Amino acid sequence: MTILLLSVVGLLVLGLVSIPAGHSPRMSAIVYGLSAAITAVLLAHALAHLVSGSGPVSQTMPLGLPWIGVHFRLDALSALFLAIVAAGGLAASVYGIGYGRHEESPGRVLPFFPAFLAGMVLVVLADDAFTFLVSWEFMSLASWALVMAHHREADNARSGYVYLIMAAFGTFCLLLAFGLLAGAQGSYAFSAMRGEALTPVTAGLVLALALVGAGSKAGLVPLHVWLPLAHPAAPSHVSALMSGVMTKVAIYAFIRIIFDLAGPIEWWWSVPLLVVGACTAVLGVLYATMQEDMKRVLAYSTIENIGMIFVGLGLALAFAANGFAAAAALAMTAALFHAINHSLFKSLLFFGAGAVLRATGERRMDALGGLIHRMPRTGIVFLVGCVAISALPPLNGFASEWLMLQAILQSPDLPEWVLKLSIPAVGAMLALATALAAACFVRIYGIVFLGRPRTAEAAAAREVDGYALTAMFALGGLCLAAGVLPGFVIDGLAPVVSGLVGARMPTQAGMEWLSIMPVAESRSSYNGLLGFLFIVFSASMAAFVIHRFASRAIRRAPAWDCGFPDPRPAAQYGASSFAQPIRRVFAAAIGAKETVDMPLPGDLRPARFSSVIRDRVWDLLYQPVVTGVAAAADRLNRFQFLTIRRYLSLVFVVLVGLLMVLALWQ
Amino acid sequence: MGSGLSFDVAHLLAGSLVLVSFMLLYQDRMYALLNIFALHALVLALSVAWQAYVQDAPHLFVTAAIALIFKAIVIPVALRRIVERLGIHREIETVGGVGLTMLAGMALVGLSMVVMLRVTGDADPLAREDLAFALSVVLLGLLMMVTRRNAVSQVIGFMSLENGLILAATGAKGMPLVVEISVAFSILIAFIVIGIFLFRIRERFDTVDVRALDDFRGERQ
Repeated sequence: MTILLLSVVGLLVLGLVSIPAGHSPRMSAIVYGLSAAITAVLLAHALAHLVSGSGPVSQTMPLGLPWIGVHFRLDALSALFLAIVAAGGLAASVYGIGYGRHEESPGRVLPFFPAFLAGMVLVVLADDAFTFLVSWEFMSLASWALVMAHHREADNARSGYVYLIMAAFGTFCLLLAFGLLAGAQGSYAFSAMRGEALTPVTAGLVLALALVGAGSKAGLVPLHVWLPLAHPAAPSHVSALMSGVMTKVAIYAFIRIIFDLAGPIEWWWSVPLLVVGACTAVLGVLYATMQEDMKRVLAYSTIENIGMIFVGLGLALAFAANGFAAAAALAMTAALFHAINHSLFKSLLFFGAGAVLRATGERRMDALGGLIHRMPRTGIVFLVGCVAISALPPLNGFASEWLMLQAILQSPDLPEWVLKLSIPAVGAMLALATALAAACFVRIYGIVFLGRPRTAEAAAAREVDGYALTAMFALGGLCLAAGVLPGFVIDGLAPVVSGLVGARMPTQAGMEWLSIMPVAESRSSYNGLLGFLFIVFSASMAAFVIHRFASRAIRRAPAWDCGFPDPRPAAQYGASSFAQPIRRVFAAAIGAKETVDMPLPGDLRPARFSSVIRDRVWDLLYQPVVTGVAAAADRLNRFQFLTIRRYLSLVFVVLVGLLMVLALWQ
Repeated sequence: MGSGLSFDVAHLLAGSLVLVSFMLLYQDRMYALLNIFALHALVLALSVAWQAYVQDAPHLFVTAAIALIFKAIVIPVALRRIVERLGIHREIETVGGVGLTMLAGMALVGLSMVVMLRVTGDADPLAREDLAFALSVVLLGLLMMVTRRNAVSQVIGFMSLENGLILAATGAKGMPLVVEISVAFSILIAFIVIGIFLFRIRERFDTVDVRALDDFRGERQ
């Protein structure tokens, strides 16, 4: 525990030290190197705690509020999320050693990067509401500062503003949730909250507040609007941290509040989680498929994955409340496994997007193309990330989503008809989301890395530095390892899962051929290793056969030109052309509108096609609030220009009014 | 000495403070207003001194001395010199008639009695009465600030409001001296700042009627 807290202090000091030193590239490498070292220590410590299976460690420090102090605790759940934070932080720091050298305003990034990491670590270690909320807000503000690092770029200021408001709103909801959990005694330590018995109404309110508070940070629909604005605006390694890691911290907060603090769970709690999670997954991936900007695609895809994780948590709630311990353990394992996986491949993909951004200066997909020839290593490792996030075997995305679907297949045993009927529908939506995710990542990979370069910048791209490649390949390797050997991850998650739902999945390590069997051999089993070996073997055989037996003679023939022999790269299949069928099918769901402006016969102007996508949620939910606030501000503006005596009279009248209320009360 | 007498004397002094606050409300001449304010501070000093004696708290004597020296002597004298140098001996105007203001003042005293006596149901009776009177003095000071247009009389309203706060604080046993001293200093600094501003306002607008400021800002009245 002392090592962990010292590491946090080290990160904070590192942030402070880099304020004066933040302007030379060499210093930036040193700062990132040191933060990599510290996060490595954190990672080792968290993994050691998780593997050794030792009990919770806690520590109280005489800081913060007087007589309350600051409580920290490391149990299996916080160790798991600490490991996720530290692993993401380590990868981002290593990536930053190379990436940060080209930062145009390092003074705006360097001090906040270690502070952001420290904030996330403190959130997962906090053991009382006060420490938790302060760390949470510290994390939000540090990430806000990082979003605003390039504040002069178009739209970044607005992104930061929306993010700040949503973050404050989320924290406010969490504050209220903790206030309800603390009960009449107002004890803010988590240990006291665990013992507090809640009435059903209070517990329902806590659930709603936790869902809104943690969900707004994680990006649940309809609270997701800030996420696709803010995550891409930050420098790429920070985007990776925000998307891959900070959303997991939000999930940690939700799990901590609902599964640990809120007391006995009820089956109907799972309904809002399942519905919101499934809608989030589908809408997130639909919007992701429509985006033109690489980093925004990734940000929307984060929303999709968060939806999946929340569906897993909802399933775990439903099973646990009905006493199906094994199924609850399966669902919880799937959710946590997917959280780990998402942190791995989303960081990898954001690193890849950052590498492309550095090499070409472009984030728009329609300005890229053909990068696999210029950046072959980035191309390969980005492909690994794309395959993993599209849930294709043998990578880790498949393993966790397969477990999730196995959990959904357990749902007919549930006694409640609502759940019996809705969970298969949720499963269908998850399957739809997964399929669309595959389309989305085929699109991003095909447009960015395949084909011919669409601009001169894309044609002149160069491979990124070794540090960035190291970070990406390490994450890609972890994706492969977790996909090929999922049994070890499942066993590693067992202490966390049994702490949350009171049971664990059967031990997987002893199975034949390292396959995994979530329920029973008769129901289902999956062997990532055999799948991987089969794919490697058959692919190499095919390559060998083709190279050995195919003709080496070169033939020249006219290229297939679709009846349109325009040699320019702009005539290639583009990002919006790829998305068009999906856009048409789901036009009603995502508010897509296409208009064709056709000139009259004889008119010489060109015909114009335009397609607009509006976020319906923004129009329906946020625009009225924005309009209302603006109108109220206009009305209240008069009060800025009163005379001194009128202000005094207002104070006086309010004071007398309050006293009257006090006098007439009772 | 029985507690009955100490209670009665404290009651008498606090009640007198409310009475003097009423006198402040209707004084419409500058010098008379300053004299009444000196009387207000004197009554406060007596009240605090009595509390010091009753509670056997010597540091409250320091508070009383501060009230006497600064509020009953230094500030009225300084304000008198300011008034002389500004040349505003003329009658000052109030908003609304004297009768209406007095009625409002009575209503405020009634309100503070009702509120305080109800809220502090189980407190020491001496502190209860004291707090009720103190709230009345505060409200009357605020009423005075609202009803006056002249900057000097607004300053006096502010100072009498602060006297009410001191009364409340000494009635509640155990106010630390450091709080009292810091409040006294903040009042002194406020006085200095306001004094300087009065001259600046006067330099610029040839009057200390705050309406001139509002006209200058181009606002509605």
